[in-house]
Amino acid sequence: MDRSEALFETLIRLADDHLILGHRMSEWCGHAPMLEEDLAMPNIGLDLIGQSRPLYTYAGEVEGKGRDEDDFAYRRIERDYRNLLLVERPNGDFGHTMLRQLYYSAFMEPFWREAKNSTDETIAGIAAKAVKEVAYHVRHSGEWVIRLGDGTEESTRRMADAVEALAPYVDEVFADDEALDAAADLGIIPSPKNLRAEWDARIDAIFAEAQLERAQTVSISGGRQGRHGEQMGFLLADLQYVQRTYPGLTW
Amino acid sequence: MYSQGLIGTDSRSEETPEFLEAFQKRIDADEKIEPNDPMPEGYRKTLVRQIGQHAHSEIVGMLPEGNWITRAPSLRRKAALLAKVQDEGGHGLYLYSAAETLGVSRKQMTEELLSGKAKFSSIFSYPTLSWADIGAIGWLVDGAAIMNQIPLCRCSYGPYARAMIRVCKEESFHQRQGFEIMTVLAQGSDEQKEMAQDALNRFWWPALMMFGPHDSESSNGDQSMAWKIKRFTNDELRQKFVDATVPQAEYLGLTLPDPDLKYNEETGSYDFGAIDWDEFWRTVKGGGVMTRERLAARNKAWDEGEWVRDAALAHAAKRKARKEAAQHAAE
Ligand SMILES: [Fe+2]
Ligand SMILES: [Fe+2]
Repeated sequence: MDRSEALFETLIRLADDHLILGHRMSEWCGHAPMLEEDLAMPNIGLDLIGQSRPLYTYAGEVEGKGRDEDDFAYRRIERDYRNLLLVERPNGDFGHTMLRQLYYSAFMEPFWREAKNSTDETIAGIAAKAVKEVAYHVRHSGEWVIRLGDGTEESTRRMADAVEALAPYVDEVFADDEALDAAADLGIIPSPKNLRAEWDARIDAIFAEAQLERAQTVSISGGRQGRHGEQMGFLLADLQYVQRTYPGLTW
Repeated sequence: MYSQGLIGTDSRSEETPEFLEAFQKRIDADEKIEPNDPMPEGYRKTLVRQIGQHAHSEIVGMLPEGNWITRAPSLRRKAALLAKVQDEGGHGLYLYSAAETLGVSRKQMTEELLSGKAKFSSIFSYPTLSWADIGAIGWLVDGAAIMNQIPLCRCSYGPYARAMIRVCKEESFHQRQGFEIMTVLAQGSDEQKEMAQDALNRFWWPALMMFGPHDSESSNGDQSMAWKIKRFTNDELRQKFVDATVPQAEYLGLTLPDPDLKYNEETGSYDFGAIDWDEFWRTVKGGGVMTRERLAARNKAWDEGEWVRDAALAHAAKRKARKEAAQHAAE
């Protein structure tokens, strides 16, 4: 895999993660458990979608075929999306949503921190902005995981369910991937594998405060190869609805 | 906006004539009334009602627009709509805070909304059926909100006036954004033009209804005007809105769905056709197309969030207890 191919595939992976997780977060808008969260959750969704945009735009430039951010976001088939299965998981209850956010953000925080020193200037620039936003996402979701884990009997049970439900999707975050590994070798991004120890320590510390136990489970993967869960088609049906119904128009 | 001429407000006061006169003097001198100042009970109640209806409308208003966030047609539009809906939630939050300065809690106001006792603006009882509706809402609904709220920035009650200044800045941004969506559609394909016209057809009359009943039907307008809670009557504001909006529709090349709409040389304003007041009252009283669903959605979010709110309280109590225990141990 040459440099531009590795860079392109890496950008698509990252952009898809951010878009799909941001889309999931935006599904909460107007339905949060309290008004403060009706502001905080769209805010996180907005940050994520905002981060996907320069990644897609740059992917289009690297590819050189004239595709723009919306071509990638709206005009691909499901198998071409390269996001992690973790980020497409349905929202579930508020605890599931916050735990999913914590898992992803606790991965991206050190990722963006390291990527500030990328050999690729554009990625370094995107990372410098994103690193501040992701720090807030970790704090916000982490605080909720602690409150809910160490809250009432019901909230403790629900958080334990969320830990169980999301456990299969953790390994994929750090798994071998041809494109990401190649990009890491070129100093474009940090290698996800190398971020695992920091992630584990972070999650363990939060879980200790939340009085939650990590769950043992079998891993499920496939997102990076475009093999998604059954829910993904419905997400895309929503996301792409207008673009699919009226192809080729400007909005 | 969004309080629709204070439907159902009781502005009667029981105070002595001297007290009322002294209060009126302060109002006439354009002094701002602040939370701890003496004020007639009717003044307080009118404001609680108005600010409450306004806050509820901001919150319920997140739903019809939220309906298109996941389906927004481009990343730019999706981000802008998310930001807009989030702003509306923020408006709700400052308005609840302004109402709290008058001695009602957010919890109390929330319960009144959820039980259906408190009203929200009739405009949010209409469904958003196409992407163009998001443009029409920004253009017309936020536009009507601005018309109503700019004078409220000079409202006699300080905390409300100050909240409005901040809100108005954001509403005018929303209005421009909505108009821009409509501009793109109106200059787009035939399907897009049709979509824009259809949205305008459906939202025009409901937007006019946002200003509330006809002045002759608006029972407490005079007292609110005297107290400078309101600065213009419902009909005056509605007329200003029509006059501002007709040229915008012409610019877009869209037709307002009113065959009686006509420029009046004498008044320098546009005359317009009769509003369907039956539809207005039916909607305000809970019979709008989406009224039940909006309330059901708010109730569902609230009920399903109960365990989260309970857990947050329980956790805070545990933390406090642990901290106290640690302090004891240290002593
Ligand atoms: Fe608003
Ligand atoms: Fe607005």
